Amino acid sequence: MHAIEIRGLSKDYPVGFWKKKLRPALKPLDLTVEAGEAFGFLGPNGAGKTTTLKLLMGIIFPTAGSASILGRHFLDPEVKKKIGFLPEQPYFYDYLSAPELLDYYAGLSGMEAAERKKRIGTVLERVGLGDVGSKHLRKFSKGMLQRVGIAQAIIHEPEVVFLDEPMSGLDPLGRHEVRELIQGLKDEGKTIFFSTHILSDAEALCDRVAVIHKGELRGVGVVNDLRSNVAGKSEVIWEGAHTVAAVSDFLSESHVTGETVRGTVQNDDLDRLLEKLRQQRARLISVTPLHGTLEDYFLSKTREKETSTR
Amino acid sequence: MTSRLSAITLNTFREAVRDRVLYNLIVFVLLLVASAPLFGQISIGIERLILVNVGLSSISLFGAIIAVLVGIGLVSKEIEKKTLYTILSRPVRRWEFIVGKYFGLLLTLVVNTTLMTVGLYIALLVTAHGLKRADALLLAAIYCIVLQFMIMVALTLLFSSFSTPVFSAIFAFALFVIGTFAEDLKNFAAVSQGAMHWAATGVAYLVPNFASLNVIAQAAHEQPISGNLLVFNTLYALLYSGAVTAAAVLIFERRNLK
Repeated sequence: MHAIEIRGLSKDYPVGFWKKKLRPALKPLDLTVEAGEAFGFLGPNGAGKTTTLKLLMGIIFPTAGSASILGRHFLDPEVKKKIGFLPEQPYFYDYLSAPELLDYYAGLSGMEAAERKKRIGTVLERVGLGDVGSKHLRKFSKGMLQRVGIAQAIIHEPEVVFLDEPMSGLDPLGRHEVRELIQGLKDEGKTIFFSTHILSDAEALCDRVAVIHKGELRGVGVVNDLRSNVAGKSEVIWEGAHTVAAVSDFLSESHVTGETVRGTVQNDDLDRLLEKLRQQRARLISVTPLHGTLEDYFLSKTREKETSTR
Repeated sequence: MTSRLSAITLNTFREAVRDRVLYNLIVFVLLLVASAPLFGQISIGIERLILVNVGLSSISLFGAIIAVLVGIGLVSKEIEKKTLYTILSRPVRRWEFIVGKYFGLLLTLVVNTTLMTVGLYIALLVTAHGLKRADALLLAAIYCIVLQFMIMVALTLLFSSFSTPVFSAIFAFALFVIGTFAEDLKNFAAVSQGAMHWAATGVAYLVPNFASLNVIAQAAHEQPISGNLLVFNTLYALLYSGAVTAAAVLIFERRNLK
């Protein structure tokens, strides 16, 4: 059983004066997330990440398709007892203190009063807010509010946690702290589905990622595989500046410093380049495989359709 | 279900209580009630009549203002500030949210009305140096005012479930004023002809009949208020507010919360 299974979920919004035209905010999306997995949902702003999360949380209704979470229909109240959600740039009732807010949310999730009382202190300690006392949330900094947001998402010990841009707008220290919290949840075996446009966070935390762009899923896979797929290039350094013109067809980039040439080549062309260099009597210095980054993959996926349609 | 409903109800009540505007209104009403004896100085011998009229009218008017000012933001504010996102991601049904909000604001108004009633009785005690049997009639009038609040809260909640706060306030106040003259509307319908007759009759029965729920004059003039009227008013308020709240739920159940 998948922890999350999305089947053809889509959302169109009517636009225009007569609301007769439809603008797709999310094109039919198929996606599965396994139990215990940290899954990154990547995309630039306006890609459809928040729309997907709002659909899964029942905040908006899908135009078509459906989803299941922990084997049940995603809108089943029993499912909602087992999930936690942190919205993007959350705002909470600022007339409440952090313990009051958590008590309210825990109550809504069906926790008994005695259980709530015990759990609130533990969770506040965990998110680094053990000493906030009865201070109202209106006096909290953005980083503290984000931590309260995470606390409310995990107060009822959910099995699946959905986080929408959890590091957005935080300073480097705040981002580090939130990253540590998410890592802690992952270590506990919780399933984490988080959307972000900050790729380094996804790279550090996620087992698998999906890239969404303009409401359409562009790619999905294991982070390490995606990085190596996108790499596929090597850096070759040799002596013999006279050879550059002869091998330029193989090179995607080249820099000449005196007699030394540094060129980047697709791995598929590597043997032919080396053969050509031998023929040209160049002196080979090194061949180094290049490691791809998630950013390379992300950029390739968000650009590929534009490139292919040109 | 009950625990979720009571959690939303109590949180709505807590929000209203911690809102300073609400305290100001209570203080203002208490000041008004306290100033009533001064009117009595001008109109010798009718201190009680003036005091009861001013007191009950203030309770009704300020309660309605609180109902509208707080009610118009009950749903729209939660959507605008996205606090609703974290509510609906929990096992909370949309109807539970609406009904919880309804009871939360009604509880706020009942507590306010209770405080104002205590203030009014204290003012009566001070003015008349004691209470008499007829003063118990005030409780019947105040009960009818609470019935008005039941309808007002349902109406503001309905408007808040699909409209902006400004339009919600305009709609709710307009209905409050029209409803206050519902009996006049019925009289107009009775003397009008043709299409106008049917239109006026339809509107007269559609708008909330706050005129029937207003027994302030009887209470002030120490005239008896019949038990039948109280039962009828109770049924009317229950049915009207129930129907309006159901409409609010129906709208909210289908709404995409952008």
